[in-house]
Amino acid sequence: MRHIISILLENEPGALSRVVGLFSQRNFNIETLNVAPTEDPSLSRLTVTTVGDDRVIEQITKHLNKLIDVVKLVDLTEGNHIERELMLVKVKALGAARDEVKRTADIFRAQIVDVTPSVYTVQITGDAGKLDAFVQAMAPIGILEVARTGVSGIARGDKLLTL
Amino acid sequence: MELLSGADMIARFLKDEGVERIYGYPGGAALHIYDALFRQDSVQHILVRHEQAATHAADGYARASGKPGVVLVTSGPGATNAVTGIATAYMDSIPMVVLCGQVASHLIGEDAFQETDIVGVTRPVVKHSFSIRHPSEIPEVLKKAFYLAATGRPGPVVVDIPKDMTAPTERYEYVYPKKVKIRSYNPVTRGHSGQIKKAVDMMLKARRPVFYTGGGIVTGRASEALTDLVQRLGFPITTTLMGIGGYPQGDHQSLGWLGMHGSYEANMAMHHADLIVAIGARFDDRVTNNTSKFCPTAKIVHVDIDPSSISKTVRADVPIVGAAGSVIDEMISLVQDREASNAEALGEWWKSIEGWRAEREGKLYEPSKAGEALKPQEVIEAVYRATRGEAFVTTDVGQHQMFAAQYYKFAKPNRFITSGGLGTMGFGFPAAMGIKLSYPQDDVVCFTGEGSFQMMMQELSTCKQFDVGVKIVNLNNQSLGMVRQWQDLNYKSRHAHSYMESLPDFAKLIEAYGFTAIKVTTLDELAPALERAFADTNELVFLDIYVDPFEHVYPMQVPLGSMRDMLLSKTERT
Repeated sequence: MRHIISILLENEPGALSRVVGLFSQRNFNIETLNVAPTEDPSLSRLTVTTVGDDRVIEQITKHLNKLIDVVKLVDLTEGNHIERELMLVKVKALGAARDEVKRTADIFRAQIVDVTPSVYTVQITGDAGKLDAFVQAMAPIGILEVARTGVSGIARGDKLLTL
Repeated sequence: MELLSGADMIARFLKDEGVERIYGYPGGAALHIYDALFRQDSVQHILVRHEQAATHAADGYARASGKPGVVLVTSGPGATNAVTGIATAYMDSIPMVVLCGQVASHLIGEDAFQETDIVGVTRPVVKHSFSIRHPSEIPEVLKKAFYLAATGRPGPVVVDIPKDMTAPTERYEYVYPKKVKIRSYNPVTRGHSGQIKKAVDMMLKARRPVFYTGGGIVTGRASEALTDLVQRLGFPITTTLMGIGGYPQGDHQSLGWLGMHGSYEANMAMHHADLIVAIGARFDDRVTNNTSKFCPTAKIVHVDIDPSSISKTVRADVPIVGAAGSVIDEMISLVQDREASNAEALGEWWKSIEGWRAEREGKLYEPSKAGEALKPQEVIEAVYRATRGEAFVTTDVGQHQMFAAQYYKFAKPNRFITSGGLGTMGFGFPAAMGIKLSYPQDDVVCFTGEGSFQMMMQELSTCKQFDVGVKIVNLNNQSLGMVRQWQDLNYKSRHAHSYMESLPDFAKLIEAYGFTAIKVTTLDELAPALERAFADTNELVFLDIYVDPFEHVYPMQVPLGSMRDMLLSKTERT
């Protein structure tokens, strides 16, 4: 099963490499990885999506917790949560396809953020499934380049991941 | 207020931390630190002949004393040479602090002379690592390093120190930090009371219980408490290789150690148990054999200070995260006024165990006959007698290691010192050196083989410089015995590179360093040689003992089998 693990990490040099290294060292799998500072400059928030059975996920969370730089973590998929990812896609936009890209983007509530005579750059946010669907819809028209941020997430309601 | 350079802070901190001795090797990036050590006399520096030996010596000291071993090496090759020793300590959860010189900050990343990213290189084999970014943070970082190394599940910590951080011209305020706090690091001590109660209820109801304890008992200083608990309950106990001495091996409740080369009765008892109480052990593959066939009828209580060790390979029914000592104490208080409800079943259980014991009694190996080569097992037994079972024993890796663990009976923890997890050949001799320097009154014996010894024999020179009187017992079978055994069993005796052609004349080699060597080829030479070797506890003596090259280590679990599937000799199996 796919899990989204959010981690508060010391904003220290080398901290990220310990997390990433752990996954390869223990033969765990990373599907997406997203990391940025938080409102507290001493902390980064890192979100990783991974796939594994309960035993593997238990080992992943235990080993992550063991890293000295990991301050706190939560498996968001254990409860209700919001999951978002941002994607920028460059699509061929020539002739009839120009309208088709615009229409499809509207359907997905995506925005065209850059335009040239032959290329549209589309920005879209949503969960990973929505982004996958958009990529599929655009594929016949001609995708030139894709940049995805990886999943970020947060629990619904009052639940917090803070110190 | 005291102003010190970074280098002087390091020397001063070591003194304030109570470190008496460090092991190391100088080089460019570490020279400011070496100069600071030269100008003080609180901390003794032991100059090894290869950085790997520095880590093993510090490791040996740490295993014997329970305190962190300290290593100082220079950047680049100095640091990379230390990696095997760091990994050895990591696999066996040994507290160690490794100070590595590094090229000056402005050169990092430029492939400067003797530069390696040692924090990156060692990342998978350390508990944690630090890079010093300003000289003023040295005292606090070092305190954190010692704190992390020694608390919770211990392990090695690397501190990378760029040369400019130790420059003699830059001085900063030095205060010894008595305590440090790391917000993300709060190792548990007490276990969950509800879980402990549940475990004790299961223990009192069990019909065929076994204690299975590991290195956590030794590092957690819990062997007295464990002995009390085990004797109150009257259960059998088996330990891992790392847990040897955690319970007195001479006691009748001790089944010896378990696993690949564990005792017949220990492996049989594990297989047939209905309850396994694992404390400070990690269900390693050398213990469990095939996990899908592991102990089919047993419920498992697993106590460990590291939650990630629990249910890693074998699912625990009652997981308890906590320090061995405190959990055992709590178990004792719960057991105190209650009785096992199954005294009769326990009696039956002991009958089965005694039966297994009797089956193998006197059949463990065949002693040599007159005119035959010595058996390695009888050499270990003779050394056991010669040292009255009281020596610190280190080993290298291979057949001699297994024989030492099988035939030297340990009554106390911290006495059997071996690389269990990583299985590092070359470990034994420098580890013995580290122990002897701190325990000059004790006999320190290194069981080795001609393969392992040649990996670290340059340390004879260190022993000469610092007058280190270890006893080296070389079980010379002129081959890499354990490799050869596997080739006999699995490769139709095709001995690919497991022989040792062109062995040196060890006696001459040892004598070149000014030490005594005794060659032993027959049984009647053995006793006098040992008497001579152990006459003076502070004299280094090398015993070159020629043993039967065809001997195998038994029992040996059958690959992919269960705990009870064992080869018992070259011709018998369960």
